[in-house]
Amino acid sequence: MTFAVFVVLFTAMTLAFEGFGTPLSSCYLLISYAHVGILAMGMTFVILSGGIDLSVGTVLAFTTVFIAKAVSVWGLSPWVAIPVALFLGAGFGGGMGFLIHQYKMPPFLVTLAGMFLARGLAFVVNIETISLSEHPFFRAVSSWKLYLAPASFTPRPFLKAEAIIFLVLVVFCLYLAHMRRFGRTVYAIGGSESSATLMGLKVARTKILVYAFSGFCAALAGVAFTFLNTAGKANMGIGWELDAIAAVVIGGTLLTGGSGYVLGTFLGVLIYGSIMTGVGDYSNLGSAGQRISIGVLLLLFILVQGLLPGAGKTRSS
Amino acid sequence: MLELRGISKTFPGVKALDGVDFTLRTGEIHALMGENGAGKSTLIKILTGVYSCDEGSMVLDGRPLNPDSPRTAEHAGISTVYQEVNLVPDLSVAENIMLGREPTGPLGGIRWRAIRERAEKALDRLGLSIDVQRNVSTFSIAIKQMVAVARALDLDARLLILDEPTSSLDDDEVDQLFTVLRQLQRGGLSIIFITHFLDQVYKISDRITVLRNGRQVGEYATPDLPRLELIAAMMGREVQEIEHLGGTITMADRGREQAEPFLKVRGLGAPGRVEDIDMEVNRGEVVGLAGLLGSGRTETARLIFGVERAASGTIEVEGEHVRIRSPRDAIRRGIAFCSEDRKVEGIIPTLSVRENLILALQGSRGPMRRLPREEQETLATHYIQALGIKTPTPETPIENLSGGNQQKVLVARWLCMSPQLTILDEPTRGIDVGAKAEIEKLVAGLREEGTSVLFISSELEEVVRSCERVLVLCDRRKAGELSGEEISEQNIMRTIAEYHEDTAR
Amino acid sequence: MKTLLANAIHSRIIWPLAGLGVLLLFNLLADIEFYRIEILEGDLYGPLITVLKQGSKIMLLALGMTLVIATKGVDLSVGSVMAVVGVLAAFLLRETGGNLAAALAGGIGVAVILGAFNGGMVALVKIQPIVATLIMMVLARGVAFLITGGLPIKVTDPAIRQLGQGHLLGLPLSLFVVAAFFLISVILTRRTALGLFIESVGDNETASRFCGLPTRLVKVMVYVFCAVCACAAGLVSIGFSGIADADKLGVLYELDAITAVVVGGTALTGGRFSLAGSLVGALLIKTMEITLIRQGMNPAYMPVPKALIIVAVCLLLSEAFRTQLAGLFGRRKVSA
Repeated sequence: MTFAVFVVLFTAMTLAFEGFGTPLSSCYLLISYAHVGILAMGMTFVILSGGIDLSVGTVLAFTTVFIAKAVSVWGLSPWVAIPVALFLGAGFGGGMGFLIHQYKMPPFLVTLAGMFLARGLAFVVNIETISLSEHPFFRAVSSWKLYLAPASFTPRPFLKAEAIIFLVLVVFCLYLAHMRRFGRTVYAIGGSESSATLMGLKVARTKILVYAFSGFCAALAGVAFTFLNTAGKANMGIGWELDAIAAVVIGGTLLTGGSGYVLGTFLGVLIYGSIMTGVGDYSNLGSAGQRISIGVLLLLFILVQGLLPGAGKTRSS
Repeated sequence: MLELRGISKTFPGVKALDGVDFTLRTGEIHALMGENGAGKSTLIKILTGVYSCDEGSMVLDGRPLNPDSPRTAEHAGISTVYQEVNLVPDLSVAENIMLGREPTGPLGGIRWRAIRERAEKALDRLGLSIDVQRNVSTFSIAIKQMVAVARALDLDARLLILDEPTSSLDDDEVDQLFTVLRQLQRGGLSIIFITHFLDQVYKISDRITVLRNGRQVGEYATPDLPRLELIAAMMGREVQEIEHLGGTITMADRGREQAEPFLKVRGLGAPGRVEDIDMEVNRGEVVGLAGLLGSGRTETARLIFGVERAASGTIEVEGEHVRIRSPRDAIRRGIAFCSEDRKVEGIIPTLSVRENLILALQGSRGPMRRLPREEQETLATHYIQALGIKTPTPETPIENLSGGNQQKVLVARWLCMSPQLTILDEPTRGIDVGAKAEIEKLVAGLREEGTSVLFISSELEEVVRSCERVLVLCDRRKAGELSGEEISEQNIMRTIAEYHEDTAR
Repeated sequence: MKTLLANAIHSRIIWPLAGLGVLLLFNLLADIEFYRIEILEGDLYGPLITVLKQGSKIMLLALGMTLVIATKGVDLSVGSVMAVVGVLAAFLLRETGGNLAAALAGGIGVAVILGAFNGGMVALVKIQPIVATLIMMVLARGVAFLITGGLPIKVTDPAIRQLGQGHLLGLPLSLFVVAAFFLISVILTRRTALGLFIESVGDNETASRFCGLPTRLVKVMVYVFCAVCACAAGLVSIGFSGIADADKLGVLYELDAITAVVVGGTALTGGRFSLAGSLVGALLIKTMEITLIRQGMNPAYMPVPKALIIVAVCLLLSEAFRTQLAGLFGRRKVSA
């Protein structure tokens, strides 16, 4: 169903807005919203397992600041700073996962605390924005383009590092979800944790790993963002977890867990991006219109999810 | 093949099993029966490693058995299919069968084709060929159970335990299940079959063990056991002390006739619940609703009280045709309902005894007209005394009270309302003997005040003692009605047995 | 006396009060200036007063949030509702040339509508509260942007400015608003049976329904009340800052409100609630903020201690953790 919405939406916007729907602008879409997409990939697994992760936005911010400071002030090589940042993200997520599973604490509260903690730590690392535009590595990566068509094709579409990372991650997540026991266990836990436990599945390990993966993705999104923005800023990413959640929900994954597709989230990200660009850049509605459209779309999706047979799982018991 | 000797298990406050013996022969289908609270599920949980027994021994194929977790039990060859069918709803059939043991390739990636093939092979053993790629939730409960059985088989089970497998199946599906079970039996599998459906037990099982109040009442060979004896064994005699109780209704009071019944129910029914129930309750009359577990007594009560909506039939209160669509409607009509599931439908755990007690009364007054605190406390103390509710203070959270005392608070809750008709569903379940007497006295008292009572219980002596008329339900239909002198335990059981035999033909 | 002590230990409010007490004690010992009060033109000023003034918004939100959480729900949209109300009031003030009544009516009206919508989604359509209020959060913020057209609106109306910054009898005016709301909510919940109904619905909705309680109405009402509280907070906010900025008003306030409620002793699982506890919780958070800032911590780091508080409270509430802790000490720990 998500696919149908996407097709309709995309076509409508292409017809309505000048300059939309061209290969180049589609590439811009992928590039500009790659970081949301990466967040959404990690979020997909968390939501599939029946949980939620509110910390990803601030972990993203933390990562950008950390990398920026490590590279500019502490003099570390990006080849060291980036893996360390990824490792920190995963560890942070794993820690939250441990608290959630071991002490049966509600994911909402724990990741809320995580969100606060990451934001605070980001400021501890550095309060002001650190620019990376002078750094050779980042300058090189952020200006690198992968051209998708010969030079004769104008406007010439291209992809950048962020988008590539996103696409590779999507493929990896597809593999993880469908071809690994880990992925199937995630689905099982979300579908019915009691059944999963009774079936002897490794519930504890999987739950912790899911949050670790989400943290990893948040950090990865931060890395991607440094390529996009060439700066490290602690005071950003507010509300991005909600964007990720929105993309996941629009992509057809139920918030109660156990049902949904990685591919769906991918489409959800595209829809999200389309609306944001379409409404934001091309129409007069601006910021307001963006948010209202996303909100209305979310509402519609939730309502439809609730009305589908056997899918009344967004409903409170 | 399996021998359990002297199994005892005590939980805080209640002895769930008391020296139970259980024998299972290889390749037989053995039915385990008993009413709620008899100890069936506890016994099974001990067998499958969810609990450990306090006393007793278990021997499987000559070797001692002591599972510490469901997985160990599984490794020993014991597989269980629960009533709730523990499958993951949004995954495919094949996946559910292989979950946790998916065959993997060299890099650790899942081999989907192997999953599909193994699943199909497992289902083939059951004579089932369905699309294993489909979501398991799209199938009926009957098929889901088959899938759960298939999973158990794939685990190389030698003993299969089925916990209430037929509760949600229709007759054809039950037959299908039984064909499969017989097949498996021929293949050497031993099966323990827990159920409360009498005719199914007679159809499929080789032997029957009956539990009652944590004790083994008897072990029988099915073909040799007459129905009446089985029913008697299950409903059996309560502890002798009950005979000390007084307050019985004299014969002269029975069989009262009235012009207009308070409640008249015709053809009441709802799919999957009950079918075509006719009933009348006169003012000030105590009518009993008797029957075995699963006969539809609670479902009937729930329909009358508006917890669920009836799909067919009519309800008349005081001669007026009414539509009862929610508990509020019923309460407004003067009907009160004390549910049998007090944890889910009864107590508000963290609220105090007093608050729980006055809640329905307050509900009927609406939020604005608050009962003054003194009035609340007066009511609370009154009923605490009257019913002998053991609580440190009226302000104690109700969750701290024992089950029996909680039940008393719930009964008091409805008594507060001075209803015209009080439906009591298993009001004496889990209550000590003394309290039972108090409740029965209350029921008599209600009668004297002119309140009608619909009394649902699986304790036959109570029904016989307190009721002027008894409706007997069986397999979700009305099996018969007894009044006045006809009421006796024998007659109730006979009505059930005869109804079974009639429908079995 | 012994029962009084026993009652106190078992009452949930003792913990946030103790926490607050610790903070105040710390200030007594380490930072006596915290308690210094200056009087300017008959009005009190000082760090203690700042706590009260700045904390008013959170206290208002926490009052409404308490009741929502008591019904086993949550309202993530309060920050956005604040924004809509603030922005709408500012807009109306500007367009009508200072008609206060219109602005107030508009603010309250929109709050009631949004709250009712939240309640409807949760109680009638049966959407999970997190999801429903998340949607509202996004939608309301969008509406706020729509009203302002992206540009912050200046608020100059003296009455509203007084609300945010003014004093009455020396104390901040906003504190009186908090007191008024507190009084109203206590009357509504304890003088009527509403409080009982709310606790009942949150603790066991099915059983409550069986008792004939109007469960759906109760749920809708708490969300409406929460939105009205957010309305008050929004007005105080624009009064305090003088600007109605759709981009910044109320952002992340919902999280502070939820923290205040949880710290104040109302569990996320619903049931018993404590309005006073939530106020104490809000004060605790604000006092901690001010104390830490005065001790030299960079205000930007503030989320860290907040996070630690949430984790600490959750751990204390977690059965598994308490058992582990008890195991370490070899005896059973008194439940918090």
